[in-house]
Amino acid sequence: MPVIKDAVCSLCGSLCDDITVTVEDNKITKIENACILGHSKFVGMFEHDRIETPMIRKDGELVSVSYEEAIEAAAKILVSSRRTLSYGWCSTSCEAISGAIQLAEETGSIIDSTANVCHGPSALAAQEKGSPSASLGEIKNRADVIVFWGCNPVHAHPRHMSRYSSFSKGFFTEKGRKARTMAVIDVRKTDTAKLADKYVEIEQGSDLLLVTALRSIVNGHEDVIPETVAGVPKAEIIELAETLKNAKFACIFFGMGVTQSRSKYKNGDAMSSLISDLNQHTKAVMIGMRGHYNVTGFGQVATWETGFPMAIDFAKGYPYYNPGETGANDLLVREEPDAAIIAAADAGAHFPQKAVRHLARIPVIQIDPYANPTTELADVVIPSAIVGIEAEGTAYRMDAISLHMKKLIDSKFKTDEEIVKDLTEKVRELKRGA
Amino acid sequence: MKIKANLISGRTADQGAHLEAKTHKGYFDACAYCELNSADLERLGASEGDNLKVATEFWEVVVFAKANEGNPDGLAFIPMGPWANAVLSPDTHGCGMPGFKGVPAEIEVTDEKPLDMKSLMKKYLED
Ligand code: SF4
Repeated sequence: MPVIKDAVCSLCGSLCDDITVTVEDNKITKIENACILGHSKFVGMFEHDRIETPMIRKDGELVSVSYEEAIEAAAKILVSSRRTLSYGWCSTSCEAISGAIQLAEETGSIIDSTANVCHGPSALAAQEKGSPSASLGEIKNRADVIVFWGCNPVHAHPRHMSRYSSFSKGFFTEKGRKARTMAVIDVRKTDTAKLADKYVEIEQGSDLLLVTALRSIVNGHEDVIPETVAGVPKAEIIELAETLKNAKFACIFFGMGVTQSRSKYKNGDAMSSLISDLNQHTKAVMIGMRGHYNVTGFGQVATWETGFPMAIDFAKGYPYYNPGETGANDLLVREEPDAAIIAAADAGAHFPQKAVRHLARIPVIQIDPYANPTTELADVVIPSAIVGIEAEGTAYRMDAISLHMKKLIDSKFKTDEEIVKDLTEKVRELKRGA
Repeated sequence: MKIKANLISGRTADQGAHLEAKTHKGYFDACAYCELNSADLERLGASEGDNLKVATEFWEVVVFAKANEGNPDGLAFIPMGPWANAVLSPDTHGCGMPGFKGVPAEIEVTDEKPLDMKSLMKKYLED
């Protein structure tokens, strides 16, 4: 009975690479080390609703067709569209992402990743101010002060704290949690906050104020701070600033509490400045808590290939980027796309109503292993193999370290990489014929 | 009784465990609820499991009531997913990111029942 060690969990940005999987008769019968999310991912293909065959919507109903028919129907939509949005590509391999970028270029589409509703503002902030970072290995071995700001790893990245941060034991951090200070900054007392040494509750939407106050203190101007900032008493802010300054190695992990709240990318921008200020006193870094397991990979591949990490518009024949204009949600809210490909992500579930309303009106091609809200809106549905389980490939962890995902079992489904290649070939064929 | 609240969305472990099982009832149970602290629920006259109508300037949605003492007064939380997104802000303020946190909402008890995932998506197609 084959036991595969060190399989990579392809669910969240922690990309745990220590999963042990037992395979019998092409079925996974035992999963060790995964958290509840990871476990659900591995048992998923036996228990969840797979999209069993390619489908095309006829008279309002999705009906089964062959891969060839679905690819042809999808390619026809792409060729006749004047403004296609290609969105997602974050629960798949870098190899598939590279193909998707090529397809976007071929069709003059806009391609955007799930960062649009996640850490897109962090990418903007990194462009403006930089993003002083480290590998999760360094955090594990060196960080004695860990801050979780606007993120809740107990729920979103359940093994993060034990493998890489608060609870992990490393070379210079052999006492683990006992010798680390853990602070949580959030608008509500989350399960992560309950584990912290310091919980700082801030008023929702006022992250920028708190970062600015911390910066003032770190830079020796605590006299200018009013008695409370962002709902936090001055004494508490001073204490937090001192903890950060006196750290040997501090890491601020930040999440969507920071990127989705008021001031959006300016929060990340200010955070980067705070890290730079702290580096006058000690070593400090920041890392975004990335959600989809390979959203970091999308940013990497897109940046090598186009110069930009997301929201790339190929309409002019060369890559153009301006997320407030070329981001998936802005496009949909402006009712601009006349067709969309949603792949390895679920815009139906994760976009606000105005954007979903426009998706409901235009032809949508879905590429995904599972039925989800996007399927309800889709006109062509192309099922794919699950990367990391049924297909191999490369993914980037949240700290931009690349890992190879193994293929664990065989599948009847085409991989995203193959689907994208077939689509691109079909599009070229149709264009030649036109 | 209606209360005004500041609405945010976010991840939960249950929501995450159903990311690839969104047609299952488990996903509905994991996402179609709104958390308030028990003082706010009391002000509403609601108990856990009651149906709440959450309305914003963008749309309205019916979800179950849930208590969470970690929420400060007036802070409402709906796990990320189609129910939350029915009422959150599509405005990206020119940086690409919609307003998924910090949307003013009015919440009241209702007799209407939360729609399951497919029925909710159908509303978009009918729109
Ligand atoms: S923490 Fe993330 S990567 Fe690790 S097992 Fe859980 S879901 Fe998978």
